[in-house]
Amino acid sequence: MHYNLTDQYRHQTSFLHGLDPRVKVLTAVGYILAVSLTPEGTWWAFAFFFLILYFAVCLSRLGLFFTIRKSFIALPFILAALAVPLTTPGPVIWRIPGLNWPVSEPGLIRFLGVLLRSWLAVQAAILLTAVTRFPNILWALGSLKIPHVLVSTIGFMYRYLFVMADEMTRMMRARASRSARIPGTPRRSVLWQGKVAGAMIGSLFLRALERSERVYAAMLSRGYDGCMRSLTRFQMQQRDWISLGLTGLLLIVPLSLEWMV
Amino acid sequence: MWLSPNQLHIPDGFLSTPVAIVGWVLALLFVAIAIRQTRDQLGDRQVPFMGILAAFIFAAQAINFPIAAGTSGHLLGGALAAILLGPWAATLIMTAVIAMQGLLFQDGGLLVMGWNILNMGIITAFVGIATYSLIRRLTGDGKRSHLAAAFTAAWLSVEVAALATALQLAVSGTSPIRLGLPAMAGVHAVIGIGEGIITIGALALLATTSSGMLAEGESVPGRRSANVIAVGLLLALVVALFSPLASPHPDGLEFVAEQKGFLDLAVDPSYEILPDYTVPIIADPVLTTIIAVVLGTLLVFVVAWFVGRNTIRSEAAGD
Repeated sequence: MHYNLTDQYRHQTSFLHGLDPRVKVLTAVGYILAVSLTPEGTWWAFAFFFLILYFAVCLSRLGLFFTIRKSFIALPFILAALAVPLTTPGPVIWRIPGLNWPVSEPGLIRFLGVLLRSWLAVQAAILLTAVTRFPNILWALGSLKIPHVLVSTIGFMYRYLFVMADEMTRMMRARASRSARIPGTPRRSVLWQGKVAGAMIGSLFLRALERSERVYAAMLSRGYDGCMRSLTRFQMQQRDWISLGLTGLLLIVPLSLEWMV
Repeated sequence: MWLSPNQLHIPDGFLSTPVAIVGWVLALLFVAIAIRQTRDQLGDRQVPFMGILAAFIFAAQAINFPIAAGTSGHLLGGALAAILLGPWAATLIMTAVIAMQGLLFQDGGLLVMGWNILNMGIITAFVGIATYSLIRRLTGDGKRSHLAAAFTAAWLSVEVAALATALQLAVSGTSPIRLGLPAMAGVHAVIGIGEGIITIGALALLATTSSGMLAEGESVPGRRSANVIAVGLLLALVVALFSPLASPHPDGLEFVAEQKGFLDLAVDPSYEILPDYTVPIIADPVLTTIIAVVLGTLLVFVVAWFVGRNTIRSEAAGD
């Protein structure tokens, strides 16, 4: 897959954008958990979860097809599950024309289950990053007791992600502009090309290491004492508690119905 | 701007919930140890150092070179980071990279992120460093043995990560082991070569330009190699023991065999020494799978050892 290295946050004034990031993180993770606990074949539950998601998409005011358009990124991985309908035992409902491979009913249901779960989960994750600024997601993770060092490291990585990516792009452009080949001459070997790529990564590593020294020195001289402080503050308000409670209820009720039957 | 990295990120929905939660528990355990180990060595340099190097790995994963027929060689980076900075620092760095890819770019799920961290971060780091230091110990300190060890470490780290991914998918019932494991192993045996070449390219550059820097980098966080090898072997063992559990629907194979010999269509690659990861003589499938995994791992070690020894001899003869 390809990463689009522009910020994933989409600014908008909506109910969803204004919620406490902790509520949004908890709701998204809870939603993904609920979807992945849903047994395959309970189509009504999948439909219900789809409606919940769509209600949230409408609340975000990002356009009806925002998450669907971006949801195809997980698509290549479906290759991994493609054999399931063919290898699961059960009554054969269809044979692939020409090849005569059997497609079993439970296999097909399981395959569709995997497909639906990953599709709904990836849309929830897309919505979360589109309506929450990344530093706020990290702040929420920190205040939800994810280890402090890990959260600060990811935050620091986020600051320098685009710097390093720019540096890498410049190196790739330099390589491309120096890599002309006279037509008819043989290509350089794969080993040679790999070594060039390796050397680029080696010098990128050196630059990163030196940069980390400079940045650390700059931080020390500004009074860094090993603790990252941020101005991000959120207070849980009434609407935050109400949305958290309501989504919790909306997720737990269908789950308990699924597992009782 | 677009970046295009590797394909081992499991999306949400592809692992069953219990499997996913086991992954999170294991990953958090390793991350907690890694945080403590690196804090002892780095102090308050920890966060800026780790953060910038994580951004480096993220960018380095986008540098590619064409291999053949539209495929390209990439770096995953776990083994390289472990060789340069030690396994615990590599664990933290790779965790940050994978968390960023999952949280910001939706590459890899949130619920299954534990396994993504284990596969692409922790397994690659520890398999890489264990292989590297074992081969270095066996073959000595020559420059060539250094590169041979690094190549093997990088290749093996990708291969074991791919096998682990295939096993998790199989345990979750999302991908039949009979097809998934050989497919993943085969594809990543090729991808691993790209990883290996890039890794030795990077190490060769670092060795020639700034040996002082490399030595400093190598000495960063706790490289207690005995511990490292123990953890590496432990991980390999977990993977090996996982494999017999990997077929929760064993009757699935019989079903398929009944249906017109569909499996004949899945042609085995001709280079396979251990066909279908089973040793032909031994009858019990569970036992043979375990033995085959262990034998395969040993085989790679022996080959690397011979390569290292011979290059040392030729180097000695050359001097």
